[in-house]
Amino acid sequence: MIRIILVLAYLLLAPFLGALLDGLDRIISARMQRRRGPSLFQPFYDLGKLFSKELITVNNVQLLLNMSYLVILMIAGAMLFAGADLLMVLFILSTADMFLIMAASSDSSPYANMGASREMLQMMAYEPLTLLVAVGFYLTTGSFHVGDIINAPVSAVVFMPGLLVGFMFTAAIKFRKSPFDLSTSHHAHQEMVKGLTTEMSGMTLAIMNIAEYYEKILLFGIFCLFFVNSTWWSWVAAIVVCGVIFFMETLWDNVSARVKWKTLLYSCWVVTLVAGGVNILILMLDK
Amino acid sequence: MIPLLIGIPVLLAVMFQVVRNEKARGYIVYAGAGIVMLTTIVFIVRWIQDGARTWEFYISTGLIAHLMTAGDIILMCLIIYMSIKYGKVLPILLSAAQTALVLYIEFTVEITEGPHIMVDWLTILMCIIIACIGGFICIYTVGYMKGYHNHHKEVKDRQPFFFSMLFLFLGAMFGLVLSQNLIWIYFFWEITSVISFLMIGYTRTDEAIHNSFMALWMNLLGGLGFAIAIALMAVMHGTVQLSDVVGIGELLPLLCLALAGLTKSAQLPFSTWLLGAMVAPTPSSALLHSATMVKAGVYLLIRISPALEGNLVGIIISSIGGFTFIMASMMAIAQNDGKKVLAFSTISNLGLIVGCAGIGVEETVWAAIFLMIFHSVSKSMLFQSVGATENTLGSRDIEDMHGLIIRVPKLAYIMGIGIAGMYLAPFGMLISKWVALKAFVDSGNFVLVLCIAYGSATTMFYWTKWLAKLLCYHIPRETVEDVTNKDEYVSMFFHAVLMLLLCLLLPLVAIWVVNPIVRELFGNSTDVLSMSVLTTMAIMLISIFIVPVVMFFISRRSHSELVPIYMNGINEGDNRFFLNSYGEKEHLYLSNWYLRFEFGRRHLRVPSIILAAAILVLGFCLVIGGVS
Amino acid sequence: MNKVSKSPWLLHYDASSCNGCDIEVLDCLTPKYDIERFGIINTGDPFQADILLITGGINSQTERVVRQLYSQMPEPKVVVAVGICACTGGVFKECYNIKGGIDTVIPVDVYVPGCAARPESIIDGVVRALKVLDAKQAALKDSGR
Repeated sequence: MIRIILVLAYLLLAPFLGALLDGLDRIISARMQRRRGPSLFQPFYDLGKLFSKELITVNNVQLLLNMSYLVILMIAGAMLFAGADLLMVLFILSTADMFLIMAASSDSSPYANMGASREMLQMMAYEPLTLLVAVGFYLTTGSFHVGDIINAPVSAVVFMPGLLVGFMFTAAIKFRKSPFDLSTSHHAHQEMVKGLTTEMSGMTLAIMNIAEYYEKILLFGIFCLFFVNSTWWSWVAAIVVCGVIFFMETLWDNVSARVKWKTLLYSCWVVTLVAGGVNILILMLDK
Repeated sequence: MIPLLIGIPVLLAVMFQVVRNEKARGYIVYAGAGIVMLTTIVFIVRWIQDGARTWEFYISTGLIAHLMTAGDIILMCLIIYMSIKYGKVLPILLSAAQTALVLYIEFTVEITEGPHIMVDWLTILMCIIIACIGGFICIYTVGYMKGYHNHHKEVKDRQPFFFSMLFLFLGAMFGLVLSQNLIWIYFFWEITSVISFLMIGYTRTDEAIHNSFMALWMNLLGGLGFAIAIALMAVMHGTVQLSDVVGIGELLPLLCLALAGLTKSAQLPFSTWLLGAMVAPTPSSALLHSATMVKAGVYLLIRISPALEGNLVGIIISSIGGFTFIMASMMAIAQNDGKKVLAFSTISNLGLIVGCAGIGVEETVWAAIFLMIFHSVSKSMLFQSVGATENTLGSRDIEDMHGLIIRVPKLAYIMGIGIAGMYLAPFGMLISKWVALKAFVDSGNFVLVLCIAYGSATTMFYWTKWLAKLLCYHIPRETVEDVTNKDEYVSMFFHAVLMLLLCLLLPLVAIWVVNPIVRELFGNSTDVLSMSVLTTMAIMLISIFIVPVVMFFISRRSHSELVPIYMNGINEGDNRFFLNSYGEKEHLYLSNWYLRFEFGRRHLRVPSIILAAAILVLGFCLVIGGVS
Repeated sequence: MNKVSKSPWLLHYDASSCNGCDIEVLDCLTPKYDIERFGIINTGDPFQADILLITGGINSQTERVVRQLYSQMPEPKVVVAVGICACTGGVFKECYNIKGGIDTVIPVDVYVPGCAARPESIIDGVVRALKVLDAKQAALKDSGR
């Protein structure tokens, strides 16, 4: 019963929560730069505007692919909150991303194609760590099932601090934050315009944004998994820690410049190997 | 029944030498493939009616064994003749050594008789793969070879030879999977090596000859390993039954057999031959080098995998497999030749299967068998579609496939399904990866866990960029005419449908085919995938298919205006041209990203071969030295 | 709620400006002026922009570019000509390669004069443009789209 509520809550509230977090992020960023920043509800205004605009596209499939991206992401998130298999959730997540890449490369435009290529590279960079995170949960709790993970007597983070650090590192890619916002970001990029989203306008872009909000909440859900155990207060702790992680990602976004793709790939793989791999090795030897 | 399975293809092979008319040959191929498939089906039905028990035949043999001995000698003579003709020494030595060894054993050592032929679930599965996929590839070949010779005028038309080899190969594969006696398996093993050698050299260019000899000596090295395994088993235990090798579980014969398996399935350090084999016409690549022949290697490894659990040989095999998985997938990133990518991906996927077999527990073998099924279907489909694309576009460069969905939609869809089948979420390869990852973690093999984590990331990269290239909406520079023959489409559509059916019926395949195999190999079978996971999979699969379709109709309803793509406002007319800094019209050209300087073969090939060879040599030293 | 004026996104294009106005445009993004407080984002992508901000007069090279960028923006959209050159051609008006102000190519909604235009006046111009934008959206709705 509680799972159905959670899934429904995710499906209905995630975009709102995601948009609010986005608004908050923009305000915090502005304050860090000694600016006032936009209103907290700015993302909602943006979405409203995007839906009201005339729909122009460069081909007939982009909208369809973007919508598929959104729906498949929703399925992935719903599976996470329904307590399904974590590894499956991650696999679906990457399938969803595949639709975004197809949407971007379908228009055969130089900037969008470049964004799509970079997105693929980013996937290659963070994929090993996400798999290792799932393996880490399996080793600590004996199951890939989210339902079992959250009922563990001790929080998983006790056993897998390295994986948490690694996941925070690579999550910057998924949040599209500097220094890893190679494929697209909120800010205009000199060398690649808006990257992946260059040819998306109006409704198409709005759908992509909503999908990103869903993804953001999904990722915070995975962060929560590190902390949640069978006690009730661990949920509170998890949410508080998610807030801290959110703030740290924003801070990192503001203090770092975008890196080159090689730095991205190598640093992510090295962090995966050092933080994630060593952690997994210890867990395996401990078994 | 069994002589029929092996005999019919051989008989057909002889027929192609007699019938020279092209049209008649086409009919014979259709009929032949049909008969082969039908025989297999009848065979399976009878076996199931019999209660799906393990059948064992030919306890004592007289004439057949002598025929095989003669066959071994003929093969040796053929190899020696060809090697002398082209001035190669290594194959002669290898071939003479192993044939002499096997003959010596046969005539001097007393061997307890046992069943020579055995039919069980794994055999049945292999028979289905050989008959269905092999049969349809033969049908595909009819159309392909016409197009090939139109396109390559410089190559001498030796089609009767080619078809003979195809069918002979099918016969040999049937023999290989049906046999249980090592000497028999060895005989068929050698036939497949020689046929692959002959087919790679089909065009008779210098490159083809060079590559064919490379394939020959590498496979003969594996054959030598096989012969040594036979000798060891015969001398030390007086038996040449495959089941006894597994039952006794002595390390050195196992490692020798595993060496044979590694060479056949093109694992590092022997992967070079499979890449070189891509010079051959595509059907042989599809049949030999992806769908069936390389599967003989993993078939053997799966057969012996129960004996590999937790021992040194198992560790060697699984580390080589895991290492090959990641290295080959990294090298695949830097390739722009479609067939090369397919070759690397074949090597890499076989590496995963080998890794699974090397661990040798129920879960991993379950995953290995699943991987084998899906890999056979989707890889043969991909090879065929790349071959057809090459005939149509005149190039198999992935760069030239830009916007194939507009130019040759049918081929693009088939290729897309094949690629999706290789790595996308709810398709079969991924579920096998899921099981493999779980099993690797359970068996505590840290290195393999890392290999699969990094390897699946790199795998994803090279497939995605290919898929993205296919699906670009781009008005073509010049329209091309789809010259793909009907025969080719028959085969490719069959594969596409088979692929989709396999995905949809995944739980049934698991229960009816894969579980019995695992039960037979290990005596018991735990349900590797719980029903709930399989149901989730099915739901996901349907949603992945349905979501885009539903979205298609929804997005159709919205009215939208088409505008040109963003090129800084300097598009020249349409999306194809822009104005360059000289004020001239320039064609837009979008290239994939190959990371050549990071993942190129030049950097990775030699180190990876050295490392894999070192593992292998070290393994042999340890096993011979008696460390267990 | 879904008023365009609540989240106007900019596309900034330099038609032939001496860069004076461009620097002033970028000034608006700095903490001192902070136009993001109006929800304004400098997107650099016509597909996502509502306001086209042009500096400098139209010359023979930029004419087609401006036309194309304008055509790639979805309705409703407004054009703001920043600086005197963009308004009329300015001191370059008589040059052989200058066609004149932006309005010789595409319809301009708001003119922001100055050489260079001051950040305050640019912000003022953009805020005026927002009213035009809302009016255009209302008109678009009335026409039944």
